[in-house]
Amino acid sequence: MSVPASLDRDHGHLLLRQMLLIRRFEEKCVELYSATKIRGFLHLYIGEEAVAVGVMQALDPQDTIVATYREHGHALVRGVSPGSIMAEMYGKVEGCSRGRGGSMHLFDAATRFFGGNAIVGGGLPLAVGLALADRLQGRERVTACFFGDGAVAEGEFHESMNLAALWNLPVLFCCENNRYAMGTAIERYESETDLALKAASYEMTAWSVDGMDVLAVEDAARKAAAEVRDGGRPCFLELKTYRFRAHSMYDPDLYRTKEEIESWKQHDPIPALIAGLRSAELLSDEDVARLEQEIAQEIEAAIAFAEAGTFEPVEELERFVYYEPTHPEGEAL
Amino acid sequence: MSVADTITITYREALREAIREAMLADERVFLMGEDVGAYGGSFGVSKGLLAEFGPERIRDTPLSESAFVGAGIGSAMGGMRPIVEVMTVNFCLLALDQIMNNAATITHMSGGQFAIPLVIRMTTGAGRQVAAQHSHSLEGWLAHIPGLKVLAPATLADARRMLTPALADPNPVLIFEHGSLYNMEGELRAGGAAVDIEHAAIRRDGGDVTLVTYGGTLPTTLTAADELAGSGIDAEVIDLRVLRPLDDATVMASVARTHRAVIIDEGWRSGSLAAEISARIMEQAFYELDAPVARVCSAEVPMPYPAHLERAALPQPDAVVAEVRRMVGADV
Repeated sequence: MSVPASLDRDHGHLLLRQMLLIRRFEEKCVELYSATKIRGFLHLYIGEEAVAVGVMQALDPQDTIVATYREHGHALVRGVSPGSIMAEMYGKVEGCSRGRGGSMHLFDAATRFFGGNAIVGGGLPLAVGLALADRLQGRERVTACFFGDGAVAEGEFHESMNLAALWNLPVLFCCENNRYAMGTAIERYESETDLALKAASYEMTAWSVDGMDVLAVEDAARKAAAEVRDGGRPCFLELKTYRFRAHSMYDPDLYRTKEEIESWKQHDPIPALIAGLRSAELLSDEDVARLEQEIAQEIEAAIAFAEAGTFEPVEELERFVYYEPTHPEGEAL
Repeated sequence: MSVADTITITYREALREAIREAMLADERVFLMGEDVGAYGGSFGVSKGLLAEFGPERIRDTPLSESAFVGAGIGSAMGGMRPIVEVMTVNFCLLALDQIMNNAATITHMSGGQFAIPLVIRMTTGAGRQVAAQHSHSLEGWLAHIPGLKVLAPATLADARRMLTPALADPNPVLIFEHGSLYNMEGELRAGGAAVDIEHAAIRRDGGDVTLVTYGGTLPTTLTAADELAGSGIDAEVIDLRVLRPLDDATVMASVARTHRAVIIDEGWRSGSLAAEISARIMEQAFYELDAPVARVCSAEVPMPYPAHLERAALPQPDAVVAEVRRMVGADV
């Protein structure tokens, strides 16, 4: 990838730092899963980091995020603390969802992070509703809704796209097209594989972007978010990406070839950004080493936080089935 | 009570007045659903509200149950107080993902961070010859789900007054309006007392048998109780009102007085609310019983179209009367 000479050095470092944080965090999650510290389903974002990092640059603190079950990266970049994310995966009370959700259900009212939604397509109607609330209350916010290519086959995708466009709601639909709905390749489940074309049929502006190029993602996301914010209309981004790891820890990855995976790894967004920053003389070996060291420390601190956390007493099992008005975090809004 | 203190009103009008009142009281309240606006509501509940409140607050939706129910959840989480109308309970099956996987779970999955102050109204039940895709009583399915509250207004007062506490509740509340009740007309005290959404109500006092019911079978059950009274059997009629969480105490206190219970439920018998209540009576009041708990439920068949078969499929007063007489050992 080419880095424009105008790129701010610090901003370049920030993008790299955020992608590296996700990569190293996810790698550590694999270790902790093998060590049985993390259980249940674990879906890794390795390979797709440029998508969350690029899109998040376009969002403001008052904006809203709705994500999927492959959301550790989004939460980290949004500012949910790594410790509270790790503690959540440990099932500890100190987790961002008090340990009640686990890897797939990270929620954080403070950063307006509305999950962590693990029904494919199920987050889209929520995003439409959050945007509707903003519209009805005169707030100029963007709701960024992340979902995978598999969601495009769901009725909820089409219903939500239609409703958002019909009602001119400020939703930024971010389709993370990693080419597989779990183990089924997109050519095997979509009659029309041009996803931006589908979105455009709902009368909204749609872009298709190289999701392995963080600068391209950021650039497109800024344009799209501006159109949503200023135009008060939904937009659609198709972010073409690839997951380097299996769908989840249970997946033997039988449905794609090693050659295909290797060919995509040639487009790994992190080495690509490092190379681009280096050739623009914005990054040194020392910078990379320092970033790696800082991130390693941050992740170790997150693990220590999770390890030191506490399990909720079994006596509290039936709490939070109904809302407790005295909850310390209070109502989000 | 003087005539001046009461108004004559239908169940439909009572529901409409409740929505009007809520919208006038709170800017955050809005109504959305299929044909709630220009059409006036498929059962006429929202007739006139579009003209009064405009299309921003009376929102006609596409036929997209999952999207607009989910948008209701999202807008509730975003600070609004939505009332979502789903035309019938059969149609809510298209939105079950949102109801079950989001509305009922997000408060818990998020460790209690988010309230979901959402009201979903829907029509339930049979009796209008609309056959097997518009007639079922599936509220028992929804009452199975922790995280939801489920209401069944069976009286004019509840139709008029349950909405206010439902909207004030920080949890998703489902309100089931029985299709056979919309034309029910009667007197309602103007400015009457607020109602709660926690307790069952005793609609008729009696000492010989407890008849437990809710929603569309309340009139059926009261008719049966009147007939039983003619032959000297004094039935107490309990209207559950709230299907989740169930008010066990009112039921058990009544059973402790009458020592007999019959549950009348328009749902299918297998796995029904009637089954749940029967089990609870067994668990909590077994030694009060003089006879096994009995049930009068719908026949286990998709609702047929012809009037005589539909009638035969539904709980009727004569079946309730027969069950009670069998239970008390009456000869007649």
